[in-house]
Amino acid sequence: MGSSFGGTLLAIFVGLIFGLIVMLLANPVDAFYGFTEMIFGGFTRFPDVLYFATPILMTGLSVGFAFKMGLFNIGASGQYTMGLFFALFVGFMMPMSAEIHWIVAVLAGFVGGMLMGAIPGILKAFLNVNEVISSIMLNYIGMFLIDMWIQGNSTMYNPVMTRTRYLPKSVQLDTLGFAGSNLNTGLLIAVGVAILLFVVMEYTTFGYELKATGYNKNASQYAGINYRRNTVLTMIISGGLAGLGGALFILAPSAIAGSSMTYEPINVIAANGFNGIAVALLGNSHPIGIVFSSIFVSHLQRGGTLANLVGYKVEIIDVVISVIIYFSAFALLLSQYIVKRIASKKEDANKDIKPISEKEAK
Amino acid sequence: MDTVYYIVQNMLPVAIPLLLVALGGMFSERSGVINIALEGIMLVGAFIGALVIRNVQTSSINPQFLFLWAMIVAALGGILYSMLLSFAAVNMKANQTITGTSMNMLIPAIILLFSKMKFNSDGVTTNISLYIRKVPLLGDIPFIGDLFFQNTYLTVYIGAIMLVLATILLYKTKFGLRLRATGEHPHAVESVGISVSKMRYLGVGLSGLLGGIGGYFYSVGVIDSNISGHSGVAGFGFLALAVMIFGQWKPIRILFAALFFAFLRTLAYSIPLIPFLDNLGINQTYYKILPYLATLIVLIFSSKRSRAPKSAGIPYDKGQR
Repeated sequence: MGSSFGGTLLAIFVGLIFGLIVMLLANPVDAFYGFTEMIFGGFTRFPDVLYFATPILMTGLSVGFAFKMGLFNIGASGQYTMGLFFALFVGFMMPMSAEIHWIVAVLAGFVGGMLMGAIPGILKAFLNVNEVISSIMLNYIGMFLIDMWIQGNSTMYNPVMTRTRYLPKSVQLDTLGFAGSNLNTGLLIAVGVAILLFVVMEYTTFGYELKATGYNKNASQYAGINYRRNTVLTMIISGGLAGLGGALFILAPSAIAGSSMTYEPINVIAANGFNGIAVALLGNSHPIGIVFSSIFVSHLQRGGTLANLVGYKVEIIDVVISVIIYFSAFALLLSQYIVKRIASKKEDANKDIKPISEKEAK
Repeated sequence: MDTVYYIVQNMLPVAIPLLLVALGGMFSERSGVINIALEGIMLVGAFIGALVIRNVQTSSINPQFLFLWAMIVAALGGILYSMLLSFAAVNMKANQTITGTSMNMLIPAIILLFSKMKFNSDGVTTNISLYIRKVPLLGDIPFIGDLFFQNTYLTVYIGAIMLVLATILLYKTKFGLRLRATGEHPHAVESVGISVSKMRYLGVGLSGLLGGIGGYFYSVGVIDSNISGHSGVAGFGFLALAVMIFGQWKPIRILFAALFFAFLRTLAYSIPLIPFLDNLGINQTYYKILPYLATLIVLIFSSKRSRAPKSAGIPYDKGQR
């Protein structure tokens, strides 16, 4: 259990227990029912879990990719929203034939995110501006700008619904054809990108340089790795990934009311960016790990909407997720500590049998 | 002239929360802990303060006393919440940015959960008037009275006192000297028998105190003693961090930085009242963006030569030299 995976499991466990305590405090009668719904409810609607996992898989990859280089991309929300806007713009304002329309829209989302991610990257590399604060400011700036652009465009915006209109058919992503589900090609794109990232990280010079910089910035610079170039590149790619998440979110057809296909410009920073941080941490910033952690987080969120039926609000999931992030920041240390404690207790009990490890034998 | 009075009167209640929270961030970073959680700590203060007011607002006690009572509770709440950060940063040597982010995410969720289940709303609304039309005597002084003692809140004066106290604490006391040393060179501090952990707990605790009070002052002076889980404190915790960097971790400079940001924000929100700017016909959104954009620009100019405390963000390891 002393591994990083053990640490993650520990963090998830503590987060869930904390969620249960909050539920007990809020309404003790239905707490256990609500809790089981939260944990197991997602299994009853697995296609939906995958559907909602797609955007946070992308923001998770975005945050995780920057993490590998030691950058904290808290601006995934802004990049996500910018990607979403670019995709919307292509969808509404640039009519094309159905074969290429959705491809152009998805790529536009990627470009939108890249532009948004490039700014903190350049500022960090050349002017030493803390990327956390600059990208938080960009989250606000981007959100205000996009909401204004959307509200000022009557082709996109429906003032009666206070939401964007439904996108034309030609730009929507194809469904995968599972009965009664909205699962679409977006999921395949996202998983494909995750695998591509895995290859880049493990088998290319760029990936190697990136990780080296993340481990020790000074040593990597001494070894001749171009820190500035890689910082800018990392933030551009990271931003693009988040932007792709926004595009895949908005272009995905859905029958679930109010869940997708439309964007509501109400001056709120996109939550999917922050969920990406949780996903990246739980997946240990590893592209393949992130695929699974995004499904896990989405599973919890679906369960949360079911717990809503017995009176618990969906925000219980945000509580659980933030507690999980809090503990995963030091879970490794905690789990090692626990393992040590258990080991030393065992040692006390079987003192004359044999020592636990070689180190202690000496 | 009326426009000047109006801007100053509206600017000060906005500047004070920024000032206090930035001072909080300063104490924390001077001890060597980066406090991204300020946004969350502010929200804790605002939420607890509003809850206290909601419970006592019907009593016949003078509202200004109720305000002081809520302020104390908000400060305690902020301190308690900030201990989550010190525990993770000092005892567990966790990544301080991640810990702070999780603390920022937790509080809005708890407020929304709690308020939706108890009040069926997105936050806490109160019904108390803390607005001061005119301070007796002082408000009659020409010019100065118009600027500082009319149409204001008690927060402004308490904030001013706290700035003085914080400056003295940082520069004129034994504690201040030790705190500054801990942020620069923790090993030197430990070598003369001062506990680095204790200093960091105190530094973060001070940021919790100031952050909690600052958050409550934000709710009083900017959004009429209410708080919502959705809009929260509108990024003021992060703006305060920028104010702190712009102020180069020094109290008086932080004051001027806070005034600068508050001026921009007040300007942005009072466009319809200033005929000259209103006539330009620029979309309101651009003015709303102004404080955030200004932060970005200010950071660009102040980051290159910024002198952050050397050990800020680095967990203390006794064995390291």
